[in-house]
Amino acid sequence: MNKLCSMREAIAASVKHGSSLVIDGFTHLICFAAGHEIIRQGIKDLTAIRLTPDLVYDQLIEAGAVRKLVFSWAGNPGVGSLHALRRRSEASSSERLELEEYSHFGLLSRLLAASAGLPFWPLSNYQGGDIARVNPSIKSVRCPYTGKELATVPALHPDVAIIHCQRADPEGNAQVWGLLGSQKEVAFAARKVIVVAEEIVSTELIRKDPNRTLVPGIIVSHVVHEPWGCHPSFVQGFHDRDNDFYVKWEDISRQPETYRAWLEEFVYGVKDRQGYLSRLETGLLDKLRAKARVCAGVDYGY
Amino acid sequence: MATETWANPTASERMAHRAARELRDGDVTFVGIGLPNLACNLARATHAPGLFMIYESGAVGAIPERLPVSIGDPSLVTDSLSVVGQADIFQCMLQRGLIEVGFLGGAQVDRWGNINTTVIGDYAHPKVRLPGSGGACEIAIHARRLLIIMRMSKRTFVETCDFVTSPGHRVNGKSREELGMPGGGPTRIITDLGVLDFDATGEAVLAEVYPGVTPEQVQQSCGWPLRVAPTLRAATEPDASVLRLLREKLDPKRLYL
Repeated sequence: MNKLCSMREAIAASVKHGSSLVIDGFTHLICFAAGHEIIRQGIKDLTAIRLTPDLVYDQLIEAGAVRKLVFSWAGNPGVGSLHALRRRSEASSSERLELEEYSHFGLLSRLLAASAGLPFWPLSNYQGGDIARVNPSIKSVRCPYTGKELATVPALHPDVAIIHCQRADPEGNAQVWGLLGSQKEVAFAARKVIVVAEEIVSTELIRKDPNRTLVPGIIVSHVVHEPWGCHPSFVQGFHDRDNDFYVKWEDISRQPETYRAWLEEFVYGVKDRQGYLSRLETGLLDKLRAKARVCAGVDYGY
Repeated sequence: MATETWANPTASERMAHRAARELRDGDVTFVGIGLPNLACNLARATHAPGLFMIYESGAVGAIPERLPVSIGDPSLVTDSLSVVGQADIFQCMLQRGLIEVGFLGGAQVDRWGNINTTVIGDYAHPKVRLPGSGGACEIAIHARRLLIIMRMSKRTFVETCDFVTSPGHRVNGKSREELGMPGGGPTRIITDLGVLDFDATGEAVLAEVYPGVTPEQVQQSCGWPLRVAPTLRAATEPDASVLRLLREKLDPKRLYL
C-alpha cells in the first residue's frame, strides 16, 4: 500500500490534542520538520516522550504544545540547557510542566517492554540513588530463579512515533544507518508510526539490502518525503550537524523575546519545511552536506 | 621561547592528562563527551593505543577523526568497529558487565562519591533544573572502575548531594555491596587541584596535589572536612610533548581545553 503523504497530512491524521508522542533520534535523525508542523497545527496537551528531549522538544514546550515530559536527559547536547524547559520546571515558574524522569536505561526498558508485548521490563539499576525515590513508576521484583532484587519499569506505548530515516519505500520499510538510537524500540512500542525519509526509494532497492531495514512497513501508517527534515540535527551520509546553530541557540532561547521571534520567523512564519529551508543562510546546506564515504557492496547471494 | 609556550598547563589540561594516566591499554571504556573524551584520545595517542572506546550513542570501538561536538557525533560512526542501538549498549555492553572504565562529572559530588546531575534544591521545586541522569546512573552502578572528573569548589564538593543521580560507595549509610551494585564504584576524583582516592570505607581522601597546591587550599575548596592520606603524592603534570599534542592535535579548536 502506498502511504506517501505530506507532513501536514501525516500530523493532522495522527497527532491529536492530548496524544502521547515520540519524535525520536539520539542527536542523529531528529525530525525537526515534524515538531514544527505540530506547533503550526496548534496541537496542545501533548505528553512528549524521549530519552533526550532537545531543541525541538524545547520549541514544542515554548509554543505551549506540551503538558508533560517523559525523559532521561534534557539539554542542548554539547552546549548547555534547554531554556523553555528550565523556565517551566524551576521553582519560580507559574506554569509548571509535569516531569516524569528516568535514566536512559530505564526509559529504554519501558520501550523494550512495550515493543516486546510485555507489561514490564526488569533491569539491574537504581540501587541506592534518588531516581526511583521520586518516580513511583519504578518498582522492583524478586527474581524467581536467583532471589536477586531487580528494578522494574512499566511498558510505555506512545500514541504516535515519528521516525526519521535515510531512505524508505512508499510502504514504510525504513532503512537507517549510523547511530540507531532507540528508533526500532520506539516504533514497535507505538500505536501509530510515521516514517519520514530523506529519500523515497523503490521496494526493489530495499529488498536488495534487507539487513539495513530497521522499521518494517507493516507497523507504519504514514510515509513522508522530507529532505533536510532534521536540520540542525544530522543525517549520516547526507549532512552534518549544524553545530553553529546549536551554539547560537543558547543565546536565542535564553530570553523569551528572542525565542518567540525565532519561532515567529522559522515556524509560524513559514508554510512548510521548504519555507524553513529557504530562510536559512545561503550556502549553509552546501557547507553541511556530507563528504562521501561509501561502503563497498555486500553479497547477499546463496 | 618555544619551551615557554609549552609550560604552565591549564586546569583542563592537567585534568585531561591526569585522567589519561588512569587508562590502560586495552581497557574497554565508556566515553563521555568533553574532558573524558580528550583524556581517552590522549591515552590512545600515547601509552594506550589499544584503548577500546564505547559511546552511549551506539558507537563501539570508535576512533573519531575529529573531536566530537556531542556524544552522538557522526565522526563516531565513520570507521567504527560496530554501531548498535542504545538498547544493546545498555543491556549487552554495560549491564552484561563488559565496561572496565566509566567517566562521570556532575554539579555536585559528596565524600562517598555520590554524584548529582538532576536538580539543585528540592526535587519538586528546584532552584536549578539540571539535565538529569542520561546514562550516568547505570554507568555508576555497572562500570568496574569509575573515574570522576570535576573542578573543586565548596559549591560542587558538598557535604550532602541535593539529589543522588549516580550512586558512589555509600548511600544513606548503606554500602554498594548491601545495595547490590555490581560495579566497583568510583576509584578516583580527578580535580583541578589534585586527586582524591577512596579508602576502605569508601570515603574520599586527598591523595595527590599539583605542584604549588597545599592541602589547606584543597580543604578551602571542599564542603566537608577532607581527610588527607598519610603520604601525599605529587600529581604528575603534562610535559611539553603532551601539551603540544593536546593543543595542536587533539583539541586545536580548544573545544574543551
